[in-house]
Amino acid sequence: MIQFAHLTKQFGKFTAVDDLSFDVSPQAALALWGPNGAGKTTAIKCLLGLLKYSGHILVDTLDAKKQGKMVRRMLGYVPQELAFYADMSALDTALFYARLKSTSPQRAAEVLDQVGLAEHGDKPVGALSGGMKQRLALGLALLADPPILVLDEPTSNLDAAARDHFLHLLSDVKRAGKTVVFTSHRLEEIEALADNVLVMDQGRMLMTCAPGELPRRLGLRTQVKLRLPDGQLDSALTVLQAGGFTVSRNGVGVLVDVLASEKARPINALHDADIEVMDFEVQ
Amino acid sequence: MSSLSIIWTLAQKELRDALRNRWFVLYTVAFAALALAFSYLSLAGAGIAGFAGFGRTAASLINLVLLIIPLMALTIGAQSISSELERGTMSYLLAQPIGRVEVFLGKYLGLALSLLASLALGFGISGVVMVLSGSGAADPSAYITLVALAYLLSLAMLSVGFLISALTRKASVSVGIGLFLWLGFVFLGDLGMMGTSMAMKMPIGSLFAMSLTNPSQVFKMAAILNINATLDILGPAGVYAVHHYGQSLLAIFLATLALWAVVPAALAYARFANRGDL
Repeated sequence: MIQFAHLTKQFGKFTAVDDLSFDVSPQAALALWGPNGAGKTTAIKCLLGLLKYSGHILVDTLDAKKQGKMVRRMLGYVPQELAFYADMSALDTALFYARLKSTSPQRAAEVLDQVGLAEHGDKPVGALSGGMKQRLALGLALLADPPILVLDEPTSNLDAAARDHFLHLLSDVKRAGKTVVFTSHRLEEIEALADNVLVMDQGRMLMTCAPGELPRRLGLRTQVKLRLPDGQLDSALTVLQAGGFTVSRNGVGVLVDVLASEKARPINALHDADIEVMDFEVQ
Repeated sequence: MSSLSIIWTLAQKELRDALRNRWFVLYTVAFAALALAFSYLSLAGAGIAGFAGFGRTAASLINLVLLIIPLMALTIGAQSISSELERGTMSYLLAQPIGRVEVFLGKYLGLALSLLASLALGFGISGVVMVLSGSGAADPSAYITLVALAYLLSLAMLSVGFLISALTRKASVSVGIGLFLWLGFVFLGDLGMMGTSMAMKMPIGSLFAMSLTNPSQVFKMAAILNINATLDILGPAGVYAVHHYGQSLLAIFLATLALWAVVPAALAYARFANRGDL
């Protein structure tokens, strides 16, 4: 469905994307994973025709460089930085983009309803919350019912509740049979949506893997802060160190270094040793 | 959807935005109010209705157009592309299934229509005053030509504004350059030309050719020729122009203004279309 072949993008002497090649199958969800500056957003902007590049990007049989308008007709795009006309209402915004995408005005109301913004249609976009704007962006991307959805860090600016709601909406979209390409550096997002992960760093592809393998393959680690009852700190430290954890004392609790996919392991270890964990926090 | 429908959708949005832009509204109101005041005072001072009344009103309107219309057109043109680039809305717009030519033409059409609306209001009010006073019947075709010339000037300045906007990324920079150019065209142009001609002892033909490099000057000469049929009041350069080009002078002015409208717009589009990174 989508084919990137030897994509290279340079900004002056800086190479943002370096000889990137990969395919995305129809109805698959591919996550581009990597730290800031890895080249994820640049690759997406090349697909959208917003940047000039060398190499080829094909969508079906269409060349994104030469047939950009036809390619964009097959894409729905949710940007990382939401840039709408702030004084336009949500409904007018949807109607404006519906006209640009040759869809019926009724479709504008339908997508607002689909993303839960029907009752906010009269509000200026500038007055919507971050989560609402993100849902509006998803609604606009779905206006023409495109076969491919392209999302750039779709939940990066959302709080936990809004992120949850948005991921639910995206899961529905994916189930409806769309091909999804998205960039992310959030593990839970990758696990919830992706069929495959392409890991990038410094503009290059490092590897591809299944979402479940990502923490282990990359050795992704995190720190879990555990709050423990008074008097059990020392025994907890002993248990965790015996279990192979790197652990340190932290105020009324301990700080444990774990693999990102094994955050519950120290809690289980303490539970097995009859040490109660009063609270925890993932750092 | 055809390209024309997309262009019209974008033009409607630009028109709506312009009518909500407080600077644009302020310029329009100022232009309309001053046009009304000048018309009333010119006709009242004429004492009698007729060509004298029309001539005075038209002369006042020429000065008013020279001052306000370039400012209005340069400012909105200068903001057209750069402000959307700065806010990131251009990038999102171009991620839609539309081409850059459609975006450019839609923006240009929308702003050109908003300038037309502004001019129609000012000249309309002035025209009504003249008709009510009885002097409007003196020369309606000269009045219509004056409106057309003012509109051509506004398009020329709009195109220059678009070119500035396409060459910059920040709206504040493009508006600053626009204001600087406005000062140059409207206030410093005459002085610069006089100084250059004196310092370089420029032949009269070169002085006339040099005046064509300023769209405001071209409008002024065309408008005076239109109401007076002679450029004597512009001094030796005016006499030279009438003597040398005769009947084709108005056509030369119209063609020059048209070139000022087309060439900067074409250059602006070329820059916008080839801007690789958004």
